[in-house]
Amino acid sequence: MELETLLLSRIQFAANISFHILFPTITIALGWMLLFFKLRYNRTGEKRWMEAYRFWVKIFALSFAMGVVSGITMSFQFGTNWPGFMETVGNIAGPLLAYEIMTAFFLEAVFLGIMLFGFSRVPNWLHTLATFLVAFGTLMSTFWIIVLNSWMHTPQGFEMIDGVAHATDWSAIIFNPSMPYRFGHMVLASFLTVSFLIAGVSAFRWLIGGRTEGVRVAMKTAIFAAAVLIPVQILVGDFHGLNTKEYQPAKIAAMEGNWETHSGVPLVLFAIPDEEARENRFEIGIPKLASFILTHDWNGEVKGLNEFVTEDGEVLHPRVTPVFWSFRVMVGTGLLMLLVSWTAAYMIIRRKRGIEGLPKPMLYGLVGMSFSGWLATLAGWYTTEIGRQPWLVQGVMTTKEAVADVPAPMVLSTLIAYLAVYAALLAAYIFVIFYLARKAARGENIGTRVAPSPAAAPKAVPAE
Amino acid sequence: MYYFGDPTIWLPFVFAALMGASILIYVVLDGFDLGVGVLFPFADDAEKDRMIASIGPFWDANETWLVLAVGLLLVAFPSAHGAILTALYLPVAIMLIGLILRGVAFEFRAKAPAPHKHLWNNAFFAGSLMTSLSQGFMLGMYVMGLEWTWINFAFAMLTAVFLTVGYSFIGATWVIHKTSDALQIKAVAWARGGIWGLVLGIGAISLATPFVSARIFDKWFSFPEALYLSPLPILSALLVLWLWAMLRKMPYADDRRSWQPFAAATALWVMAFGGMAYSFYPYVVPEQITIYEAASAPESLFIILIGTCIVLPTIMGYTVLSYVIFRGKATELRYD
Repeated sequence: MELETLLLSRIQFAANISFHILFPTITIALGWMLLFFKLRYNRTGEKRWMEAYRFWVKIFALSFAMGVVSGITMSFQFGTNWPGFMETVGNIAGPLLAYEIMTAFFLEAVFLGIMLFGFSRVPNWLHTLATFLVAFGTLMSTFWIIVLNSWMHTPQGFEMIDGVAHATDWSAIIFNPSMPYRFGHMVLASFLTVSFLIAGVSAFRWLIGGRTEGVRVAMKTAIFAAAVLIPVQILVGDFHGLNTKEYQPAKIAAMEGNWETHSGVPLVLFAIPDEEARENRFEIGIPKLASFILTHDWNGEVKGLNEFVTEDGEVLHPRVTPVFWSFRVMVGTGLLMLLVSWTAAYMIIRRKRGIEGLPKPMLYGLVGMSFSGWLATLAGWYTTEIGRQPWLVQGVMTTKEAVADVPAPMVLSTLIAYLAVYAALLAAYIFVIFYLARKAARGENIGTRVAPSPAAAPKAVPAE
Repeated sequence: MYYFGDPTIWLPFVFAALMGASILIYVVLDGFDLGVGVLFPFADDAEKDRMIASIGPFWDANETWLVLAVGLLLVAFPSAHGAILTALYLPVAIMLIGLILRGVAFEFRAKAPAPHKHLWNNAFFAGSLMTSLSQGFMLGMYVMGLEWTWINFAFAMLTAVFLTVGYSFIGATWVIHKTSDALQIKAVAWARGGIWGLVLGIGAISLATPFVSARIFDKWFSFPEALYLSPLPILSALLVLWLWAMLRKMPYADDRRSWQPFAAATALWVMAFGGMAYSFYPYVVPEQITIYEAASAPESLFIILIGTCIVLPTIMGYTVLSYVIFRGKATELRYD
């Protein structure tokens, strides 16, 4: 019974946080993209930038609402399902969450109203400032929550007194070893997600005949942003992996499907990990490559999963299959993003015809990649979060210790309710994005009213 | 941290006050926009758009006060957070699904194809209703000591209805302030029809609380406390009478005093909340855990407090800014 409650609570939290992260992943970077569109408009006075702004600010508003409401759910679930978490590490998690609410949530929430509905009510500089503050707020929120999440992976700066963590060094807690890598990796993931979303939806509009200047600039911006950022992301991901190897070797062993500690470890491309027999089936790998990537030495030694089983048989490493496969889905999607964005950028530059230089298959490909960022981001989070199990806070408390003693049928009933709501909302969200795109392609309600160009009213130009 | 005496005494008190203030601000601010949602079925389509416009720029920030309140409970009184929310597992889940529905319906109803709009209007109403009812239910359960007995359940069902009607009342006073003409006249009628929820709700809680706990009974009915506290019920009664008299004659010519019902409703809310806070202090889980027992370590609370002192006035400042920018009668919400 207790086990069922644990499993159901885990599935419920995983469902909530997976659903939630989809939307911040969009709003974090889309806020900055909107600021970019707005600043270009302020500088050039060209309507096309404002056209792009107007379309994407609607998607931003929708995504933001989805993120807010699914986020509220999580702050309550700490208490309803995981009371042990705050009772044990509340002294550390508490201030970090409090700072997120105070420095980020209110900033975003208040200035969002001005950003969305204030264009004709406030001076242009205040509207630009509101856009900046909303974007800044989303980044602050990312920062604090990543600090807390990273601390759960690489905890430091605290002492345990009577089973409760007490902070001893806040700068050690905030700048814990995995925080910079995870923060960079997540922010870049957000920018890539948004770039592919903008490119995909713009390609869709282009294909159905909505070939406006606004679509053109948005698509070009998105493709070049993706092409520039994806190699950076791969590099940051590699650093993040090296950091994980140092602090959470069990997770790396699961990601690589490496059971025994040895040197010259192959990079496993495909395998079906067998948790019972503790070995891989149907393994296909490149000899010695994993050792080289992880230790920068072809014969470097890498710790295997068998190191993390205690003498009385307690398994202190995560289940291998989900970690192994989510890692491959993430890397595979990343490589596909590299291929698509570089090819598209090359076609635009080489043929010197801008978006017209993109052939139809490429446009269809971009439409198909619209939500590729979501796939990679979720797969990445599954890798790192499942990879931390059985720990909730690495080495400090296990997930099992934190769960609430709520009857399993009760958790099941709420889980089903959440899943039904989330499935319906996700379908509605994707439907509405493409509906707005079709509406915009028909020329309805987009760019119909453009405010006087700020170039004509020099007073309204913000300092750049 | 030692400037004001023992930090294990004054820090929990300060945080209880901060949390109380957040809950109070939340029930006033989100109270009016939840109330607008509850009133949705009584309005026609054009009126629905104007009602949404009257809360559109604010609802998100209003809801953030709930996040702050539950966040403060979580960070300052972690064991109480666990105890309260585990006891209220189902109503919390219903409230969360309600909040999700109404939050996204705001966006979807404006962006989805026209034939789907009524669907999202219904979702907005259903979400607002679920949220209000479950909050009222939780209030009732909390007052009765978080024990799942039939009596407590029945009482909580009553407070669920009262709080929902109370929210619709404060929502109606907001619509009176933000609209004009036919909708405003309608809102006056809604407010007249909803004031009983507020009165019965406050009455039921005020009567029930002292009888659940002898401790609370003594706090209210021993001499001289009863004397000092007497202005609270007397002022509340006067406010209700004033509201009633005002609503009978509204709307006034030139839209004079259109803000006063909302202000009076807020004042009533504040007094009711003050009374409750007085009853339950020093307990955060009624009659079980005090704020001093549940509080986090002083060094953690202190670090949050430093941030709070800087950030909270800033939040207040720009919240006021947003209400000033979107002051006056609600106009159509436009992105351009």
